[in-house]
Amino acid sequence: MSWEVVIGLEVHCQINTDTKAFCGCSTAFGAEPNTQTCPVCLGMPGQLPVLNVLAAEKTVLTGLAIHADINLESKFDRKNYFYPDLPKGYQISQFAVPLVERGHLNIPTADGEKRIGITRIHMEEDAGKSMHEGLDGVSHIDLNRSGVPLMEIVSEPDMRSSDEAVSYLKQLHQLIRFLDVSGADMEKGQFRCDANVSVRHPGEPFGTRAELKNLNSFRFIKQAIDFEVIRQIELIEDGGKVVQETRLYDSVKGETRSMRGKEEAHDYRYFPEPDLPPLRISQQEVDSIRAGMPELPEQLRQRFETEFGLSPYDANVLSQTRELADYYESLAAAHPADPKRAANWLANELLGRLKEAGKDIADSPISAHALAGLLARIADDTISGKIAKDVLDAMMLSGKDADTIIEEKGLKQVTDSGAIDGIIEEILDANPEQVQGYLDGKDRLFGFFVGQVMKASRGKANPAMVNDRLKELLAKRG
Amino acid sequence: MDIDVRKTAMLARIALTDAEAAELQPQLSSILGYIETLSEVNTEGVEATAHPHDTAMPLRANVVTNSNRRDALQAVAPKIESGLYVVPKVIE
Repeated sequence: MSWEVVIGLEVHCQINTDTKAFCGCSTAFGAEPNTQTCPVCLGMPGQLPVLNVLAAEKTVLTGLAIHADINLESKFDRKNYFYPDLPKGYQISQFAVPLVERGHLNIPTADGEKRIGITRIHMEEDAGKSMHEGLDGVSHIDLNRSGVPLMEIVSEPDMRSSDEAVSYLKQLHQLIRFLDVSGADMEKGQFRCDANVSVRHPGEPFGTRAELKNLNSFRFIKQAIDFEVIRQIELIEDGGKVVQETRLYDSVKGETRSMRGKEEAHDYRYFPEPDLPPLRISQQEVDSIRAGMPELPEQLRQRFETEFGLSPYDANVLSQTRELADYYESLAAAHPADPKRAANWLANELLGRLKEAGKDIADSPISAHALAGLLARIADDTISGKIAKDVLDAMMLSGKDADTIIEEKGLKQVTDSGAIDGIIEEILDANPEQVQGYLDGKDRLFGFFVGQVMKASRGKANPAMVNDRLKELLAKRG
Repeated sequence: MDIDVRKTAMLARIALTDAEAAELQPQLSSILGYIETLSEVNTEGVEATAHPHDTAMPLRANVVTNSNRRDALQAVAPKIESGLYVVPKVIE
């Protein structure tokens, strides 16, 4: 009998505000431990939290981007548990009435596009950081992260494979980055995922789920889910039963492990946060946030297809990040003659070389302008595409521009003054009115002739030579 | 109404001796029973009170207003090492 996998995901996403959720402490990453704390985020008695307006606005923006309902009145609750990195003994969260509900995200899958429901997005605050490694009998606590604003994005159990789960996460990650609501750097813990995984026979009710934690890369998420699915199926087929529990993924051993016994049954005893009145936001404010919505990946892909004539594949590749898309747009602007060529060279040649060098588009040694310079030399037939790849390699290494490298290595095609004269005569013959105009003193027409000659020579003609020869040949017609 | 004193103590991370647990059991149960009289009120159709005052939340601008006061803030901590709070080992 076949098995069906059911996956729901909870993503904790750090909102990229300058200050914490409920106090005026900085959220800058990497500061000396405990230098960005105050009585509020340390849970000192008598302190009152005040919500950061930008954290709320960014959560609303995210809600609008996933086509969700915005609750114009939402509430905060206390989630109670004991842990040394949670100084108040509770986390301020939204339990009963979150800011955002009922959205969705369309994801690409092997069988085409699929809609994944998003149950809710609520705001909460992060805990501090505990360190255990290399310590004997003690743990160390850094509370700089305590109180940093988070969005928890909770999906419906709509995914049916680890590939779909990863596709959803990548799509969400991309969206979050485009919206600029989070740095979403997984290595810095700014985008963290828990997965609820269960199995069932198709058509049956949901099976008992296990919650997988500690999934801090797309690869680990897939591995952890795949391991857990097999574990559950084998367990059930051997006559056992899945118990609802939290399981930690061990990326070294490639397995999930029960945290049973260590974490005791959670009883969060949620109750309304008495220190915070309801969060009210007007429809006007929501509309104004919607008006500020940046271009989203989907729109960008479509625009790349229509504006630049890119294939869906290239449009998708080049819209992966805002940085890459911006690079492409600069490149296409600097090389307007052939945006498809620009796309090919960026997607196939530059990105490949950057990947080999372990670099990102943001720290590319070759600027969009410099790459356009190389493309211009292909376009004007100074060099062939094959030689251009060697030039690109040299540009990667030296940071020099294409023309310098072509000159230094003597890659330039030889220009022929007889051929240029021939082109000029053709242009002058074809435009007798302009010739007369120029001879009558309309000096500005000189530029027109230069343009026509360059165009006719497909850019191959040396501009200085064209200038000299044009002057002489025009003068002869006088 | 009976209360599970042991569970409540565990959730609150309070260590109880057997004698204390035995003493607290009827006391806390009686307090809960007293509070329970509230449930006799008919709240049909009454909206839950999220906050006693009908006021919206004031919001804070996204501007850093706090500077580093680590030394002063850590002065009350039982144990500090290199600016980190030191606590009994937490098992992961």
